[in-house]
Amino acid sequence: MAREKHAKAEDVSIVLCGQAGMGIQTVEGILTGMLKLAGYNVFATKEYMSRVRGGNNSTEIRVGSKQVSAYVDRIDILVPLNKGAISHLRDRISADTVVIGEAELFADEISEGKLKFVETPFTKIANDLGNKIYSNVVATGTLAGLIGMKLDDICEYVKRSFSTKAADIIANNVKAAEAGFRLAKDVAHRADIKINISIDAGVKDQIIPSGGETIALGAMAGGCNFVSSYPMTPSTSVLSFMAKHGHDSGIIVEQAEDEIAAINMAIGAWYSGARAMVTTSGGGFALMVEGVSLAGMLESPIVIHLGQRPAPATGLPTRTEQADIELALYAGHGEFPRILFAPGTLEQAFYLTAHAFNLADKFQMPVFVLSDQYLVDSYYNTAAFDVSKVKVEKYVVKTAADYKRYEITPNGISPRGIPGFGKGLVCVDSDEHDVEGHITEDLKLRTRMVDKRLRKLESAKAEIVEPQLYPNCKYKNLVICWGSTYPVIKEAIELLGKSDTSLLHYSQIYPLHPQTADYLSKAKRVVIVEGNATAQFAKLIKLHAGFDIEYKILKYSGLQFSVEEVTAALKKILK
Amino acid sequence: MDTNVFDMGEIDVAWCPGCGDYGILNVLKKALAELDIAPEKLVMVSGIGQAAKIPQYLKTNFFNGLHGRALPPATAIKAANPSMTVIAESGDGDMYGEGGNHFIHTIRRNPGITNIVHNNMVYGLTKGQASPTSQLGFKTPVQVAGVMLEPFNPLAVAIALDAGFVARAFIGDAEKTKEILKKAITHKGYALVDIFQPCVTFNKINTWQWFKEHTYYLEDSYDPRDRSAAFKRALEIDKLPLGIFYINPNKSSFEDNVGIYQQDSRPLFERGPDVNRLRMLIGKFRTAG
Repeated sequence: MAREKHAKAEDVSIVLCGQAGMGIQTVEGILTGMLKLAGYNVFATKEYMSRVRGGNNSTEIRVGSKQVSAYVDRIDILVPLNKGAISHLRDRISADTVVIGEAELFADEISEGKLKFVETPFTKIANDLGNKIYSNVVATGTLAGLIGMKLDDICEYVKRSFSTKAADIIANNVKAAEAGFRLAKDVAHRADIKINISIDAGVKDQIIPSGGETIALGAMAGGCNFVSSYPMTPSTSVLSFMAKHGHDSGIIVEQAEDEIAAINMAIGAWYSGARAMVTTSGGGFALMVEGVSLAGMLESPIVIHLGQRPAPATGLPTRTEQADIELALYAGHGEFPRILFAPGTLEQAFYLTAHAFNLADKFQMPVFVLSDQYLVDSYYNTAAFDVSKVKVEKYVVKTAADYKRYEITPNGISPRGIPGFGKGLVCVDSDEHDVEGHITEDLKLRTRMVDKRLRKLESAKAEIVEPQLYPNCKYKNLVICWGSTYPVIKEAIELLGKSDTSLLHYSQIYPLHPQTADYLSKAKRVVIVEGNATAQFAKLIKLHAGFDIEYKILKYSGLQFSVEEVTAALKKILK
Repeated sequence: MDTNVFDMGEIDVAWCPGCGDYGILNVLKKALAELDIAPEKLVMVSGIGQAAKIPQYLKTNFFNGLHGRALPPATAIKAANPSMTVIAESGDGDMYGEGGNHFIHTIRRNPGITNIVHNNMVYGLTKGQASPTSQLGFKTPVQVAGVMLEPFNPLAVAIALDAGFVARAFIGDAEKTKEILKKAITHKGYALVDIFQPCVTFNKINTWQWFKEHTYYLEDSYDPRDRSAAFKRALEIDKLPLGIFYINPNKSSFEDNVGIYQQDSRPLFERGPDVNRLRMLIGKFRTAG
């Protein structure tokens, strides 16, 4: 909106800011829900403090005529709900930002005179309805009205959202939404807000899950039936979603006493025929590291969802970062293979998580899904995941009486039996072992066993997920990224509008795609964008593709890159 | 069933001559044979240490995992396939020291597994340091002035946590140990059997003779359903009682509590995803969650 003063905006960024527990989530939930159902493209992401009440948290809701799926700094409409909201967002408020709300909440800041402020008596209207609690729904009605929603659709959705409440509460909420809606015209007029976002017929049938929910759905599609984990932000939403639906879906979900128990349980579950996953974050994963090594030695499948957040140690618990590639890549003593995925979109998060279970089972090794707080907590409309596209591939064999768990094979993969299925015995040992799984100190056999385990990586290399090149396969400049930054950088590339510049996004970061050197050496300039301080993926590329990336755009403040930030940084480098 | 179904034949055993572990191995085989538990239907889970090598010497399925971590995989193995008999067996250092947190929470979780702990009050594999059950004043190459930490009392802890089955045996009495093991293995839910087992190499205090002189059996009239009495008896240290201290038959197991076997008794490996339900769950996201 900011850049198109005279045109009607087709892409609006609304930011709600208030204390934890003030109802930002209520407005966010109802507003995004009604917009999506009415057929608007919508995206929401939040940044919040590590506390249950108070502080300053904000949610960005983007609505657009076209798909929106990335964080922007720009705030077109700001709804501050408490004192401190304006100063919290100071750097993102521009002369074009319209602030709507109640003057008494932030009189000091308004008196500075720089804000484009429109008084909206949300609380007064709510009080007239009998309770100030309705102010959130009043605000929702105003925002929905500004975007252009129909009153009937708004009321219908509000009714639905409060359907479990008493009749008078439902009626008051509908009145609140109507009152809010009536304010919208006046607000638009006074602040000269011109919005013309069109409805996209395809959106109605799409879904709008968060990244965390998507990873859980992907795991279910991949046949996951055992989850053992210890709660840790930002990975907990995966655990809670699985817990909520596990019982009815035949999935065992257990909160372990610690992450050590969690991963050892999950490995035990695989041994016994389950398809198991752990979901954790950096500090919790650090406790699982010995278990990762156990999976390496036992040749156990294991799927590890690692939701990254800023570290070292406790770091910034509720913020985002991409600094655990090296942790995941090198976790565990000794040498053994693994696979690392890093989805960038909801679609990738679903299908790659499902795929992780098949690969873990096939190659009998740890498979990581690296997400981060941004991916886990953000959501936007996307095509409904197609379960029929996911095939659950099981590699468990029925054992014969002479079964040997660690039979040495050309591709390193020994047929995996489980106890109680067939006549054989299944013996697995964390010590170096012979083909039957018994302890050995035969040092020649030791060498053969190491080689056998490492050969599985060569087999896994035949199935590396290709990086996505956008938009052109001919380019002078190539921008590299991985994981959750994909939609942000994609939009930045679009804004940049340089036809000689393309983006290469890796959703599998290890083993590295064999054509990486080809992709990179075709470009005159290569830029990498990473949410960490030491360019960990650039180092991985140097190590495995032998290519030095000259330009690096790095961020490690705890916030996701914004579209504007990446655009500006690319402009500087590619001028 | 003949005990020889569990025999490994000619193998190199890593235990010292005269070690109490041999006795436990023999008694376990007999108990399993008398209960008709076939090797294919049994999983032995262990951690690290001399006692933890026991699955290597008994012909069955086994999961010899990490130090201190036998109980979490044992819990999961049983939960993923409740038709299996699962025994988690290791030493006092492994179960009560390195794995102490799992010991506590596994009792709370109550999986249908038997937890056998070889208790020789010393570390063997690392050569003679104190274990959590070493007695006060016990001198070692590390505890040079003698153990100063209060010895861990596994029975009292287990009873405090309302473990469903809590027993102690001394391998000097093979027959009684076998009877206790059989009851533990057939108990539904978690069962702890702490077995005194002299370490002939590193513990010159708590010897065969010492255990004989410092143990006695709970009297026939003793009622193991009385938790307070059980706790009191577990605190006796001058002479250490043997036998079944405590039984609570009214607890449901972890595998029952997970709630997925009531409608469908198939183990997890026989199942696939519930595709229709998953479609429905995905469809629900047509409206914001």
